[in-house]
Amino acid sequence: MSFAIQALTRSLNVFHVAGSACNNCDIEILDVLTPRYDVERFGITLVGSIKHADVLLLSGIFNKKSAVRLKHLYEQAPKPIVVVGIGGCPATGLMFRDSYNWDVPPGEYIPIDAYVGGCPPKPEAMISAIVKLIGKLRGG
Amino acid sequence: MYYGDIIVQYLVFPGMLFTAVVGLVTSWIDRKVTARVQMRVGPPFLQPFYDIVKYMIKETTVPAGAPAWLFLSAPLIGLAAVSAASTILWRALMVPSETFAGDLIVLIYLLTMPALAVILGSFASCNPLASVGGSREMKLVMGYELPFVLAALVPVIHAQSIRMGDILSASPAVAAPSGVLALLVAMLCMQAKLTLVPFDAPEAETELTGGAYIEYSGPPLGLFKLTRAMMLFTMPMFLVALYCGGIRFGTGWLDIVLGILKYVGLVVVIVLIRNTAPRMRIDQAVKFFWGPVTVVALAAVVLAFMGW
Repeated sequence: MSFAIQALTRSLNVFHVAGSACNNCDIEILDVLTPRYDVERFGITLVGSIKHADVLLLSGIFNKKSAVRLKHLYEQAPKPIVVVGIGGCPATGLMFRDSYNWDVPPGEYIPIDAYVGGCPPKPEAMISAIVKLIGKLRGG
Repeated sequence: MYYGDIIVQYLVFPGMLFTAVVGLVTSWIDRKVTARVQMRVGPPFLQPFYDIVKYMIKETTVPAGAPAWLFLSAPLIGLAAVSAASTILWRALMVPSETFAGDLIVLIYLLTMPALAVILGSFASCNPLASVGGSREMKLVMGYELPFVLAALVPVIHAQSIRMGDILSASPAVAAPSGVLALLVAMLCMQAKLTLVPFDAPEAETELTGGAYIEYSGPPLGLFKLTRAMMLFTMPMFLVALYCGGIRFGTGWLDIVLGILKYVGLVVVIVLIRNTAPRMRIDQAVKFFWGPVTVVALAAVVLAFMGW
């Protein structure tokens, strides 16, 4: 494992995109950053600009209009970038599946590397996902 | 001195490499103390180094319509300036008899350059939020430079010389009441120079989402972060040299430990201010610097002239 990959996996800057989420996943994402879980221990910080990001977090469903913005964000992001879908919505749409603004899952627009299931997923589930993702990035 | 010697001093010790390593360690102290204040565990010791290496392997994006040469050279200007400032400062600390006349003025100029680099980079990035950040940074520079130069005059008056070497050899300025006032003013200006809370309006992450740095990615962003970390080392060290007698080499290890303790003390004060203060609006910050801070700095200069 090269030092570069080690540095990347030990210093993940996270950019968070909420589609039409019901906000529960967003609250749980913030919980991961609070003193109780404190993911800065692993070098994970939340950033405000996509240009600074290494991880793109999606929550909620993306309708036809917001999907265009999501594609723009993904194209603007400096590579390598990892895309993670938080909660069941980015994967299946869950309870929004039959609503008028449901189109297709965001995985149809941009490649998603990992999904964290749950409605909403617990902070422990997200940390477990981070650990698995880092393992995958390191080729383990 | 040979040219090769100058280049080695600029690039390795006490210039770029040394300043970068100590600056990154200082930024770890900053993050760790912040985490402890917020009752968190905080990042591991090597975290700032991982961050910089990570930025170096990321892709560099240049926004459409931006002048690429200016956008990409702005971080280099800041890095070069802070390295030169650190080299001159450490030469003065190590060999106070060999400095040139007026190096204090050169240092004050060089320490303004990183802020100018941020302004250049933000205006070159064709982003409205970056422009707002850049214009705030410009107002902040105009605000703090006046009291900072006034405060830097106090040790000059005490030492009756504008050479860093003479200021270091004279008795420390904080021994006099005017020196204490000037140190307080300079610490506030340092907080603004480092754009830390309460003077972080240029990059206010809640309103400007990164402000001046918003369009930067990859190596240029890493260089900006590195410059900030190096400023976090150079600025407190500059204040220690100006007001507190600096680090004395060649008189035993006790003096060196004392010098390092002065530096660490200043850094912890910076971090505690940054963790306990709310952000000032830019108009409040400029009023604060041109009002009370300048008055106190003027009072310190008058007191110094009266021999206090």
